[in-house]
Amino acid sequence: MTKRVLKEFKIEYLQVLDENGNCDEALMPKLSNDEIKKIYEMLVLIRVFDQKAFNMQRQGRLGTYIQFKGQEACQVGSAFALKDDDFIFPMYRNSGLLIARKHPIVQVLQYWSGDERGLKSPQNVNNFPISIPVGTQEVHAVGAAWAAKLRGTKQVAATYFGEGATSKGDFHEAMNFAGVFNVPVIFVCENNQYAISVPRKEQTHSETIAQKAIAYGFEGIQVDGIDVFAVYKAMADAVEKGRSGKGPTLIECFTYRMCDHSTSDDASKYRPKEEVEMWVKKDPIERLEKYMRKKGLLDDLYKESIASRSKDIVEKAVTEFEKMPAPDPKDIFKYVFAEMTNQQKEEMEELFDNQ
Amino acid sequence: MVVANIVQAVTMGLRQELARDKNVIVLGEDVGLNGGVFRATDGLYKEFGPNRIIDTPLAELGIVGVSIGLAVNGMKPVAEIQFSGFLYSTFDQLLSHAGRIRMRSRGRFTCPLVVRAPYGGGIKALELHCESGESIFSHVPGLKMVIPSNPYDTKGLLAAAIRDPDPVIFYEPMRIYRAIKQDIPEEEYFVPIGKANIVQEGDDLTLIAWGAMVKTCQEAIEKLNSKYSVELIDLRTINPYDAEAVISSVKKTGRCVIAHEAIRTCGFAAELIASINEKALLSLHAPVVRVTSPDVPFPMAKLENYFLPDVNRVLKGMEKVMSF
Ligand SMILES: Cc1ncc(C[n+]2csc(CCOP(=O)(O)OP(=O)(O)O)c2C)c(N)n1
Repeated sequence: MTKRVLKEFKIEYLQVLDENGNCDEALMPKLSNDEIKKIYEMLVLIRVFDQKAFNMQRQGRLGTYIQFKGQEACQVGSAFALKDDDFIFPMYRNSGLLIARKHPIVQVLQYWSGDERGLKSPQNVNNFPISIPVGTQEVHAVGAAWAAKLRGTKQVAATYFGEGATSKGDFHEAMNFAGVFNVPVIFVCENNQYAISVPRKEQTHSETIAQKAIAYGFEGIQVDGIDVFAVYKAMADAVEKGRSGKGPTLIECFTYRMCDHSTSDDASKYRPKEEVEMWVKKDPIERLEKYMRKKGLLDDLYKESIASRSKDIVEKAVTEFEKMPAPDPKDIFKYVFAEMTNQQKEEMEELFDNQ
Repeated sequence: MVVANIVQAVTMGLRQELARDKNVIVLGEDVGLNGGVFRATDGLYKEFGPNRIIDTPLAELGIVGVSIGLAVNGMKPVAEIQFSGFLYSTFDQLLSHAGRIRMRSRGRFTCPLVVRAPYGGGIKALELHCESGESIFSHVPGLKMVIPSNPYDTKGLLAAAIRDPDPVIFYEPMRIYRAIKQDIPEEEYFVPIGKANIVQEGDDLTLIAWGAMVKTCQEAIEKLNSKYSVELIDLRTINPYDAEAVISSVKKTGRCVIAHEAIRTCGFAAELIASINEKALLSLHAPVVRVTSPDVPFPMAKLENYFLPDVNRVLKGMEKVMSF
């Protein structure tokens, strides 16, 4: 009889930029100065958008809105490693990701004003409609990635979810299928440490989310989710791996929700003030700015011009959004089936024709 | 007596049952420290502690599935599902297990479980936050389906549900969570499951509704300005529904309108009409009229008013049945 260690596992953590904006050149992904600037500009743009959307909700110009402040680097860093025809299967907290994926800002606003037209993906980008039921979208990403593999399209699929979602069975089923069929899917977990009020440690007794991949036979990595270079690098590696047929990856972006869960939530009820303050100081945009200053890629003038340009872009979109005609009420029937059923036709007539 | 709205009545009902029976526990997402996203468990965590008011991982299937196990082994779990749209992932557990345990074990095991969930639309909420799936759950043998429409019934029905020996889905009308205030007794009382409430008596037509639609129907009746004498029935329990109340009313009035938020096809009105056809067909002076949402997914906020039956649609339904 014998007792021995069958297998040991390790989980890697990746940080490229430290909190002071110092870069580990050995780990730094290949990015041109222009690309770095593009990333920075997108981070600023979505931050401006997020604040604007929040304000608009408070003024009654939008419905419930889900902010993402603090998670910009997760969304922009990963989006930059994808091609347009790759698929994303996002969650409600991914407005920033959508904008980084060429979803018109007007449409993102439409969605949060309660208008399905906002969900329609631009023609040449595969942005699947965001998922509202937590953790239901990962399986779709696996399927889309599998289709890419079967059809030989070289696409990858990325799916986004919070750490809370990893408690759901669907997540585990997705991970298992991804492993078994070795498909080019990237699971991007934005671990912001809270699922509404429930802290990470009450969500799972795993020390990391990344290690959950081990159980399904593929690689999981934890990255500093406040460091846009770390997110980009992990994502670019995972995308490359997926495209070359080497299967799925789970990327845990360790970050913090620097805002309430939603516009209906009050996080001060369950999060200590000191904790929030400690994390808010780690701001992802400021960190990149520190780096860019050191590299001579950013000065006050550039910073101000990007801030004001972002504001202009968002304001222009808001104006356009507010001029959009209301949706046609008959649309509620129009897209349910390819062809309306007889019952629906009767109901539509009853609803609209004899009013 | 204390003045309470529906959310507060839920809290009162839970508090009463938690205090009475130490096997009663409340579990769900954000029900602890946060007091629930609608504040239905507000204060209970402080009062009863983390072993009885339990924040679970984010997993509805898990919440309902483990509650079945808890119930089978002597606990009285009251599970909260944040919005009824998130109940669908638990359907397998409810249908394959909760509703069949008593039958399959020949009464050796039972499943006295309550699953609470806010339901319904009209508050411009996000997608899947407005669902009315009562007929889906009523299509499951062995599950009871209860929907209160006011604070008094909420507390009384919730207490009855918690003491019921079988699994109960307890739908709470989100739209009127805080819209109605009533004096309700602090002492224990029950509103029996399976009994409808005749909200008002009348002779010309029977109007049947439940949940938030009861209020809509009351407003419609007010608008009628006594043009017709309406008997309003609040069904209160969808399964098992009070056929006797429905049949005897329809026999008296000969006309019937059924109003619900759920979509038309396979909506619960269809079941009630079948029952009326079986037992009161010859008393009818007009075909029964359904006032429902159309057969489409619940639209987002901008178009929800076109989807949901409102006072005008109920009025139109009543005119239709009266002018036949
Ligand atoms: C299936 C399901 N259950 C509950 C909810 C309500 N809800 C919305 S977000 C959320 C917390 C999600 O936490 P996490 O997955 O960590 O993502 P985060 O919101 O923090 O980004 C909950 C409970 C939901 N939308 N879907």
